[in-house]
Formats: sequence, structure tokens, C-alpha cells
Amino acid sequence: MTRVYVPRDAGALSVGADGVARGIAAEAVLRGSQVEIVRNGSRGLYWLEPFVEVDTPAGRVAYGPVGQGDIASLFQADFLNGGGHPLSLGKPEEIPYLARQERLTFARVGITDPVSVEDYEANDGYRGLRRALEMTPAAIVEAVTQSGLRGRGGAAFPTGIKWKTVLNTPAGQKYVVCNADEGDSGTFSDRMVMEGDPLVLVEGMTIAGIATGANRGYIYLRSEYPHALRALNEAIAAAYARGFLGASVLGSAYAFDLEVRVGAGAYICGEETAMLESLEGKRGMVRFKPPLPAISGLFGQPTVINNVISFASVPIILDRGAEYYRDYGMGRSRGTLPIQLAGNIKHGGLVEKAFGVTLKELLYDFGGGSRSGRPIRAVQVGGPLGAFIPQSQFDLPLDYEAFAATNAMVGHGGIVVFDDTVDMAVMARYAMEFCAIESCGKCTPCRIGSIRGVEVMDRVIAAREARDPAEAAASTALLKDLCDTMLAGSLCALGGMAPYPVLSAIQHFPVDFGLPAAELATAAG
Amino acid sequence: MIDRAAWLDTVNRVLGRLKTMPGGLLPVLHAIQEDLGYIPPESVPVIAEALNLSRAEVHGVISFYHDFRSEPAGRHIVHVCRAESCQSVGAEALLAHACDHLGVEVHGTSADGAVTLEPVYCLGNCALSPAVMVDHRDLYGRVTADHLDVVLDSLRSSR
Repeated sequence: MTRVYVPRDAGALSVGADGVARGIAAEAVLRGSQVEIVRNGSRGLYWLEPFVEVDTPAGRVAYGPVGQGDIASLFQADFLNGGGHPLSLGKPEEIPYLARQERLTFARVGITDPVSVEDYEANDGYRGLRRALEMTPAAIVEAVTQSGLRGRGGAAFPTGIKWKTVLNTPAGQKYVVCNADEGDSGTFSDRMVMEGDPLVLVEGMTIAGIATGANRGYIYLRSEYPHALRALNEAIAAAYARGFLGASVLGSAYAFDLEVRVGAGAYICGEETAMLESLEGKRGMVRFKPPLPAISGLFGQPTVINNVISFASVPIILDRGAEYYRDYGMGRSRGTLPIQLAGNIKHGGLVEKAFGVTLKELLYDFGGGSRSGRPIRAVQVGGPLGAFIPQSQFDLPLDYEAFAATNAMVGHGGIVVFDDTVDMAVMARYAMEFCAIESCGKCTPCRIGSIRGVEVMDRVIAAREARDPAEAAASTALLKDLCDTMLAGSLCALGGMAPYPVLSAIQHFPVDFGLPAAELATAAG
Repeated sequence: MIDRAAWLDTVNRVLGRLKTMPGGLLPVLHAIQEDLGYIPPESVPVIAEALNLSRAEVHGVISFYHDFRSEPAGRHIVHVCRAESCQSVGAEALLAHACDHLGVEVHGTSADGAVTLEPVYCLGNCALSPAVMVDHRDLYGRVTADHLDVVLDSLRSSR
């Protein structure tokens, strides 16, 4: 019996992985070969999906991108024994794209059967939870604090401090909520974990429950991720069946119940207080803070809220120790960041690296430049609210503080690449349009400001087309004024950060706004 | 549209199963829509009473979220991503092509009732942009206009 791995990851499915899995099974029957097909997560080398691996006595051997038309020739080349073939990629862990990464959070993704507890445990899974069960809640919180882990959802708030607040707030009921509303364009690391190693999220949330005295957890998953929903539900059922969830976690005095709740297509529900409202069955309207959710969160109770990657990073911290994790990274950005290369990029995928890697390394050494082959003109980092960064700043290291110093943000680590055909005025207009579509409507700067922003951008673009630099400059000045109002007056990050892509586009690409040369310096200031 | 008896049966069955769930309105609405394809406006008072909410609260939730529909869609729903990553490789042109091919505006349903076309803001397939999803289930990556035509035509010819 030879094990063949064909990913069940949504990205792999989107380019035909299901058909390849069926094709391999059928061809094996035809040829009388004994094959066991495992549906693993994706290794994250998406340009090579469907990425098929075979377990051979000499280790795993990869082939890709495999189409259904390649299957007969793969069997002819004896791929079940690692035979040579034009699609042969050799040992996956030796592919430079993977070999040069530091995979801590993604250690198992693409390697194991995502919903097998046995496979998970055989690959160091649940060691963090077993360690946590030997520790006091305060010691667990201290370990997370010492690791330097900061919220990977985008806000980068120290995870340990948040947990400590929940631990120290007395209440009859506390909750652990995972924000899995990964709505930023260019991001898919949460999805990859949930589809490729969902048990690490389950383990991380269970540890959070033990550390803070919460016995109930929710995963708030966006509805655009049906494949993640299926994997999570299978993993949770498997964890219950083996005593890792339920009334007594591994026979301990700790109880932890976990449930997935599905959102309904509102970007704003990625904002933590809007998410809580949605979980309570209401419109996703942003709440005022304070009170902090750690003190009064879901149903008014103390609530730990973290992103998928934050929770998924906890098990290895408990297993290997805070120092092990903290030793990666730079400055105040400790550990690793799963970076996502997206958009117009040749080698799009998942790159987990210690903080400090530069954009240039990511875009060219890993990404191989643009997919179109044209020069890269700009990248947008951190989703629709992140700044556009021009080529002149590609030496910037991925570091929360270095990005913040240039009015950019690392956010959830998604990098969207644009080649030189991009019209930055159109992208600025889109940023305002997106904000208008997704605004919850609670505060005026966001609700009204974004609509006025679209209108002003229409005037800017019209002035540019009419070659009327005076009108373009006047409208751009108005736009900047509007952006100031939104930045300072919005209740949450949607209205408060939507101006960043707009302002960065004006600053770095004034020519796209039809601004006359004399106005460029002023506009940039 | 479907008659009262048909939707009432579904709504009551869903409510019987989920009405005690804490904060259960979204799961209730999802379950009803999964069964009926939309949430009949006439069902709002029934849902409100069962969950001890006002009709305004239930209506407010249905109208807030992009996913919930108050009228039936076509037999299939095609979501074309128009977020930044997909835009960087031609998503706007792809969406315009889909509109042309189906003879509809965005949010519209083709005249044969087969396909409703919706925009979506990120399907999480950004390394394989542009992305399209069919019926909240089947995801496609690196979609070209020709590829999309094949998908749309197969949906139109299927029941």
C-alpha cells in the first residue's frame, strides 16, 4: 500500500485537485496498484498545485502541477516509487521555496492528514496542551507573554496581556473566541491552517480556555470558506471523540467545548466587537470601547479574542518554550509571520519567515517577480486598509514598527502585487468604495465619508482625463482633508484606516492623480 | 416564490432545532436559506416570535448581511471576486465579461433563471487569482474569460 497525498485545500481544489485524486484512485484500480490517498493540506506552493506527493521508502517525493491528463504517464514513470517524470519536483522539503522558510505555526500543514488526531499526535501535536495541563493558568499566560507573541490578525496587540486581563477578571462564565473572519484580500493563511491543520487551532483555543478559566469557545468563520468549515467540523468531532474536548479535557478538571459559527458575508465582522455582535445574533455593528472584550465581551462576559494564526502559534510556544519562539524575529516583532504572496505574482503562496525578511526578498527571491512578467509597480500589504508601497521602499523589513514608521502596516501579512499597468487612482477610488460597501454605518466619518470619497475620486479621475491639473489638485486637496476626518473621527479601523491606501497612493503615485509637477511636493506632504 | 405551507414547515423545523441556541439568529437564517434558497419576508414575524425578538431586529439582521436574500436567486449563484488581489490580474474585466455573457448587471439573474451573478470581496484564493465560486461550494482559480464561459454554460444547461 503506497500513500499518495493530494491536497484538500480550497486553493488546490480550485485548480482541479479533486479530479486528480479521483483519477489516481481509478488508474490505480486499473493497474492493480495498492494506493491509499490522503487528502492533506497545501504546502503553500500554489503555482505547483495540484501538488501530489508519494510516500516512498526514501521519503516523500513531489510532483506538480498535476493535471488529470498527467496521471497515466505518472503511473508509467512509476511515480509510486518516486520515478522520474517531467513534473517531478524531488523531495518537497528540499524545494528552495520551502527549504528557506521557518515553519513553526505551519509545521504540519501539507504534511499530515488534517483531521486525523493520530497523525496530529505523531507529528508533535497536543504536546503543548499536555504541557499546559501540568502548569498553572498564570504560568501558561506568563509563557505566552514571554514568547512575545502579538495578535496576528492585524492589530499586533500582545496576546499574553490580553489573556492576563481575562484570567484576572472574575466571572461565572468566560469565553474564548477565534476570529476566523479572514476578509482581507491577499490573505489566506487562516484558511490554510483551518483546512490543513485545524487541530492546531483547536489545541491553541483549548490552551487559552485553560489559561483564562473559559470553558466555551467559538470559531467565527467567514461564510466564504466552506472547505474550512468542513475540515474544522471534522477535526472538532475527532477531538471530542478522543477526549481532547468536552467535559474533561484529557481526564483533567478542565472542561472545554468548541463550536463553529458561520458569518454572513460582512467584512466588518472581522472587527472584534462587530464579530461579538454577530455571534450574539445581531447586526455586525461596531461597539464602543471601553469596555474591552477581555472584561466585557461575548454576552457581556470576559472573552479572549484572537486570530486563527495567534491561537495556532500557542501550542508550539507551550511545547518548545517561550524562548524558542522569541528567538526568532527582530525588535519587538518576535517569532515568525506566515506571509502570503498574492495577486500578480509568479510564485504565489505561503511563506512563513521570522520577522525581518524584506519585501524585496519576498517578492523576488520567493515570489519570482510578477506573474505578468512586467515590472512590479506597487504592493499593498495588510489588506484593503493597508498602504500601497512603491518599489523604492522594497527594502523595508517585515516588522510591525518599521512598517508603522512609514504609515504602512503589516496587518495579517498579506502582500498583493500589482504590475505597472495598475492605475493607482482607480485603486484609491476602490478603497473608498469598499469602505462604503462594508461600513457598518454606526459612525458618520466612515458611513458618509467613504461615499464622499468615491465621489471626490470620480472628480479627480475626470480632471485627470480632461487634463485639468488645477481641478485635479483642488479635488485631491479635498480628498486629503476628508481622509484626515476619517482617520481621526472613525470609531474603528475600517473608516480609520481606509484612508491609508488612498493617502499612500497620492503620496507615491501623484502622476496617477493628474497632479501637475508643481503640486507634487505639496500633495506628497 | 413558494406558498406559505411550504416555507412555514421549513421555518418551524429550523426553529425547533435551533431556537434555544445562544445568539442563534444567524444559524437560523442560514439554515432557512440553505433549505429554501432565500428567507421569505413573510417568515420574519414567525422567526421573531420564536426567538423573542422584534420583527425590526430580524429584518435588520437579514438586510445587514450580504449573504441573506429576501427573494429567490437563480438556480445557481456565481460569485466573482473583485477584491484587490483578483483585480491585480484582471478581475474587473472578468466580472464585466460575466455580465455580458449572462446579459445581466451585477446582482442580476440571467433571463433563463439559471445563474445569479454576485460580486464577492475575497474568496481567500489570492495566490491563484482571479477566483470564482459557484453555489458557495465549488471554487475556481486562475479563471480566464474562456474558462468562465465553460463554467457558466454548464450551469445554464444543468438543472
